[in-house]
Amino acid sequence: MSDVSQPAAHPPVSDWVNDFDHTDPQWTEDPFPIWDELRAASPVVHTDRFLGCYMPTTYEAVREIANDTEHFSSRRIIVRDVRPEIARNAAPPITSDPPVHKPAKQLLLPPFTPDAMKKLEPRMRAICNELIDGFIADGKVDAAARYSKYIPVQAIAHMLGIPESDSDLFINWIHMILELGIKDESKVLQAVQEMSAYFMGHIEARRSKPTGDLISYLMNAKDKEGQPLEESHVLGSLRLLLIAGIDTTWSAIGSSLWHLARTPADRERLIAEPELMPTAVEELLRAYSPVTMAREVVKETTVSGCPVKAGNMVLLSFPAANRDPKMFPDADKVVIDRRENRHAAFGLGIHRCVGSNLARMEMQVALEEWLKRIPDFRLDPAGTVTWSQGTVRGPRQLPFLLGKAM
Amino acid sequence: MAERLRVHVDPDKCQGHARCKALAPELFELDEYGNAHEAGDGTVPPGLEDKAWLAKSNCPEIAIDVIEE
Repeated sequence: MSDVSQPAAHPPVSDWVNDFDHTDPQWTEDPFPIWDELRAASPVVHTDRFLGCYMPTTYEAVREIANDTEHFSSRRIIVRDVRPEIARNAAPPITSDPPVHKPAKQLLLPPFTPDAMKKLEPRMRAICNELIDGFIADGKVDAAARYSKYIPVQAIAHMLGIPESDSDLFINWIHMILELGIKDESKVLQAVQEMSAYFMGHIEARRSKPTGDLISYLMNAKDKEGQPLEESHVLGSLRLLLIAGIDTTWSAIGSSLWHLARTPADRERLIAEPELMPTAVEELLRAYSPVTMAREVVKETTVSGCPVKAGNMVLLSFPAANRDPKMFPDADKVVIDRRENRHAAFGLGIHRCVGSNLARMEMQVALEEWLKRIPDFRLDPAGTVTWSQGTVRGPRQLPFLLGKAM
Repeated sequence: MAERLRVHVDPDKCQGHARCKALAPELFELDEYGNAHEAGDGTVPPGLEDKAWLAKSNCPEIAIDVIEE
């Protein structure tokens, strides 16, 4: 079912500072030295690729842009080869600007508070253990394909009230939108159409038989004037929850396991001091932030002293901000007991990730349950680790050997 | 001289990251949207000073003030 084809290639990059490309294989494989090079050159760099795109390279420049909704619009949030028409109600509130952003966001926030997530936690622990049961006896596993991938899919399916068994369908849509869609717009349109048809079926079913899930919640939600939401708004928000909730946390859990597989000292410390886990999760989020967003410059301005011109896109790299040594001492090291950590993995400003509390709970539960059952594991030298390309970065193949090394 | 601390969340800056609630649950409360405010008048009971500073230094929006009185 899953479409594993890769987007068409761009010309290779030889001058990162003036011609960066976040879809280049070198960036996909190891972006950290590239970000250091860009940051050393300027707080804001530019490429003519993607019809013109800036990238802030420092934490401060990223913060400035995230907090400036006057000059930087969220109407386009993925840097692509093309600039398709702006769809109304594309995926509110992530694609919304003020003043329509706030009511759309407030609608989605109550089901995602920390207290709401606590209620979901027992189901998450059970899901993790069911997944581990499926491979622990084998002595080896692709942890991305058989563990980290299914935890967020099943969580969001559970919340939306759609069958957990449709997981591979959702994962394929996400691949089409976030990876193939960068270079082939038709994949995005196809995925959006398929998702709308899928959700319309679930909406119809709930008209006669309401349920207590998120689909029913959105169907019954009222806007500021007390009117039900337009159908396109409900569908847009459902698409957002499905897309934003899956390969992001899949990536964060996968990167965390990748780190722990290569760092026995951190593994041992987390087993000996389980109360350190929430702090460690924040540090893993900082060091391996999965999500890079985008903005569109709608009015000329300056960022950290650098002029930016309207019509360009902005690659808003929270992952690069989180590696800025001016903000984080030893930024390139994972310090699992880092005390001060204002990381921007979930964004900054009004677009702070609506699912951050869900993602944190999933990460913590996924790592805790894994370490309880599999305290020792390492990368399988016979396999290859591969990383996703583009907007969300995380391991897509993660071959591990389980148990103590002989 | 023992100093007394008070915490305050700037509601215009808070975006609901909820780091303060996770690090210092005694000092902060969340509303129905998950946005934070100080518990009561924000006075930090003796022994919780460290948590107050920790909450401040982990807020991504720099929305928390710790006032020394």
